Amino acid sequence: MATAVGTAGHVEERSGIWTWLTTVDHKKIAALYGVTGFTFFLIGGIEALMVRTQLAVPEGSVIDADLYNQLFSTHALTMIFLAIMPLGVAFFNYFIPLQIGARDVAFPRLNALSYWVFLAGGVILTGSFFMGGAPDGGWFGYAPLSDRAYSVGSNMDFYVVSLLILGVSSLMGSLNFAVTIINMRAPGMTMMRLPVYMWMTLVVAFLLILSLPVLTVGLIQLYFDRNFGTNFFTPETGGDPILWQHIFWIFGHPEVYVLILPSMGIISEVLPVMSRKPLFGYAAIVFAGAAIGVLGFGVWSHHMFTTGLGTVPQVVFSASTMAIGIPTGIKIFNWLGTMYGGNIRFNTAMYFAVSFIVLFTIGGISGVMHASPPVDTQHQDSYFVVAHLHYVLFGGAIMGIFSGIFYWFPKITGRFLDEAWGKVSFWLIFIGMNMTFFPMHFLGVSGMPRRIYTYESGLGWDTWNLVATIGAYTLAFGVLVFVINFFKTMRQPATAPADPWGGATLEWATTSPPPEHNFDVVPEVRDRDPLWYNRDHNIAPPETPEHLHIHLPPPSYFPLVVAMGVALVGVGLLAHLALAFVGAAVVVYGIWGWALEPTS
Amino acid sequence: MGRSGPGRIIAIVVALLITAAISALLWLWFYDSAFLGVDAMSTFEPASENAQRVQDIYILIFWLAGAVFVGVLALTLIFSFMYREKPGAEALQLHGNSRLEVLWTFIPVIIVVVMAVPTFDLIVDIEGEAPEDALEVIATGHQWWFEFEIPELGVVTANELHLPVDRPVNITLHSVDVIHSFWVPRLMGKKDMVPGHANEMWFTPTEVGEFRGQCAEFCGLSHANMRFRVFVQSESDFQAWAAAQAADAATSEDEAIVAGAEQFTQSGCIGCHVVRGNPLAAGQVGPDLTHVGSRATIASATLPNTTEDLAAWLRNPPAVKPGSLMPNLNLNEEQIDRLVTYLESLE
Repeated sequence: MATAVGTAGHVEERSGIWTWLTTVDHKKIAALYGVTGFTFFLIGGIEALMVRTQLAVPEGSVIDADLYNQLFSTHALTMIFLAIMPLGVAFFNYFIPLQIGARDVAFPRLNALSYWVFLAGGVILTGSFFMGGAPDGGWFGYAPLSDRAYSVGSNMDFYVVSLLILGVSSLMGSLNFAVTIINMRAPGMTMMRLPVYMWMTLVVAFLLILSLPVLTVGLIQLYFDRNFGTNFFTPETGGDPILWQHIFWIFGHPEVYVLILPSMGIISEVLPVMSRKPLFGYAAIVFAGAAIGVLGFGVWSHHMFTTGLGTVPQVVFSASTMAIGIPTGIKIFNWLGTMYGGNIRFNTAMYFAVSFIVLFTIGGISGVMHASPPVDTQHQDSYFVVAHLHYVLFGGAIMGIFSGIFYWFPKITGRFLDEAWGKVSFWLIFIGMNMTFFPMHFLGVSGMPRRIYTYESGLGWDTWNLVATIGAYTLAFGVLVFVINFFKTMRQPATAPADPWGGATLEWATTSPPPEHNFDVVPEVRDRDPLWYNRDHNIAPPETPEHLHIHLPPPSYFPLVVAMGVALVGVGLLAHLALAFVGAAVVVYGIWGWALEPTS
Repeated sequence: MGRSGPGRIIAIVVALLITAAISALLWLWFYDSAFLGVDAMSTFEPASENAQRVQDIYILIFWLAGAVFVGVLALTLIFSFMYREKPGAEALQLHGNSRLEVLWTFIPVIIVVVMAVPTFDLIVDIEGEAPEDALEVIATGHQWWFEFEIPELGVVTANELHLPVDRPVNITLHSVDVIHSFWVPRLMGKKDMVPGHANEMWFTPTEVGEFRGQCAEFCGLSHANMRFRVFVQSESDFQAWAAAQAADAATSEDEAIVAGAEQFTQSGCIGCHVVRGNPLAAGQVGPDLTHVGSRATIASATLPNTTEDLAAWLRNPPAVKPGSLMPNLNLNEEQIDRLVTYLESLE
């Protein structure tokens, strides 16, 4: 067990790979999530570049139809499940305990297990490219195209197995985060004093807890249809392919909010701190976020307006979808209200946060456009939707994540990312993303369908496709500048102060980077912006007692063992079922050891 | 630029100028894509009554959305310029303003209501029953081509549908394999072709001309190559076309054509294709070829129907349409010539 003893909160230093393999420290796990998620972000980006290269000119011949279908499917899966979600989880992991004044998450070993299982799912999904072919039926895996009859290879088995594994990881993580936020808040931190970022995290955790089981059931049914000849989705034998769509989108639409709400939370932290004034309308932003989460479960069929739902469902789902525009609009006005009257520090974090407001607005209003089913029949499966979703997921989610990286980098590493390089990367990414995705509105309006590997010249699509491809390379160059900035910065000495921005929330009350036990003394919370309250009321930080006796959970390798068992079950489902039973045995052994492991 | 005096005015003016420039540029590009040029697949040049009504709502929502965009962009820029940090400046310490927050909750509510009322009205109309005198058409999706049938006129064809102008048409949508989607942007929004679940769509073409369509639901390897055409004709032209299509295949004593018909049998084409009037050619897998010579295109509207392109298709179908169910038959050039002659005779 690691007991922090001494005046400086000294912790026995371990290093080397074994530390990382057995760590249960939320900050180390966050770093693992962050680095892995960003690596997958780069892989997903390369997939996107290949797609854009193929589409640069009509009748492109860079890659063939088969590879193209694998690339666009895997690009979506990678960005959603292996990049944006884990990058969100990296921040959750790091900042839940720090923002609520806790020493770690509620279940540290479960936290480690979430990471290792995520890694297994990510490796299986990406590895599929080298093991007979990656998923090629879209991230939505519509039956019957995803059934064995029309998808003979193992491509879609990789889809099913990797999503099942990633779902297990997300479910464990979400339960962990929800329990932590509800139960482990510092004294005085009532729910309505919770930082907005924590509120959004909590909403995301509940969205995943409620929606992932639905996807899991659907995936198992699809696996059974493909491998054991059941008939859930096969029309010839009485199954219903539309059933799959309902199941998928009951998960799939809340998933959209899983991707965007964390970034809404991040900019709700960055905007007030950089504007040097409190968030405008805290309660409205919190309730709007929760309302988006609840309404998000009642809109799934707007992905299916063209499937022949009939009059009544079209009206109902159109109404619920339009209704989601209301809380979203409230949030945008409140962010603008936060900037109003400020004394705004325009650093890179703020650049990304401000750009989020405008870019997300574009994605939001195009979303409201296809809330009208008749209009949606002209948008659905066209490039207009590709433009819409990328304004939400890149202009929203990714811009927010970059804002968070620049904002929290000094806290996490003790180093400031270079501002000049940061602004260069911002402008390249900002211009590149608009150049890539705005023309897709025009392509959609001109009737270009999605997911086509080739198109004919002379339909008014040539120019904007070329522009989009040039934009994609500009964007990639911006990301490259960021990566160089990262490595450059990591070679500097760690000199950042505890609170470089004049932050309001508890993570800025401890050193940068924080000690393993986070806070020498758990802080007391007297206001929604605790550090600002203490500053304005001249309340000195609590004194560090001379002897610290802080119980921290010991490292454990059992999470890794269980995760390897889960991975083996996955490989077994793909290769030979006998292997799945071996994997299950490893899981049982791991849990056994885990349960009997001494914790002190 | 600052928060008081002339600085404030300069900040607002610059922000508004930038907003105006960006909005104008985007509008110009949008206008160009939507309304100018030769955009055969444009969603903004409706040629049917229902498509026109969809577009009317589209334009209403477009302006509402455009106003929100301009407003948010302008405020973001104004605040960014006015309130950028200044030595000695103090930020306004306010937590919110209930009256303002209630007020701006109503902005999205009003926008949504303005959108919703005409939307619901239109859903009831276009999702409802087609008019009684509508021409009944059955469209069936196959990997990767469209089959069209007009039962009342005895017409079966592939990838090219002819319709009379100014008469409602009701299309029943089927699929024999995976989900496809029937989309002719200028005539109507798309609707999916779902196996085991017939959908219907109706519209009244108001303009004579050639309209492009394309499968809009990802349906596998050659989804990109699953295209079709709709020809809207005057009533008399349409009736003439339908009568010709309903007839059995042309026969000929011409030596080259007879040789081609024999080749058609020998190469196994008859196993997959129907040529009405030729009792041997009764296969149900591929497109009906009874009048293939009369079509403007081949290979699900990806190639023009020329001698060279027909030959190229026969030489290696999967090279034109990856995954094509028609395999490479390894025909030699002589066999290809015979088949091309025969197919071109099927007018």
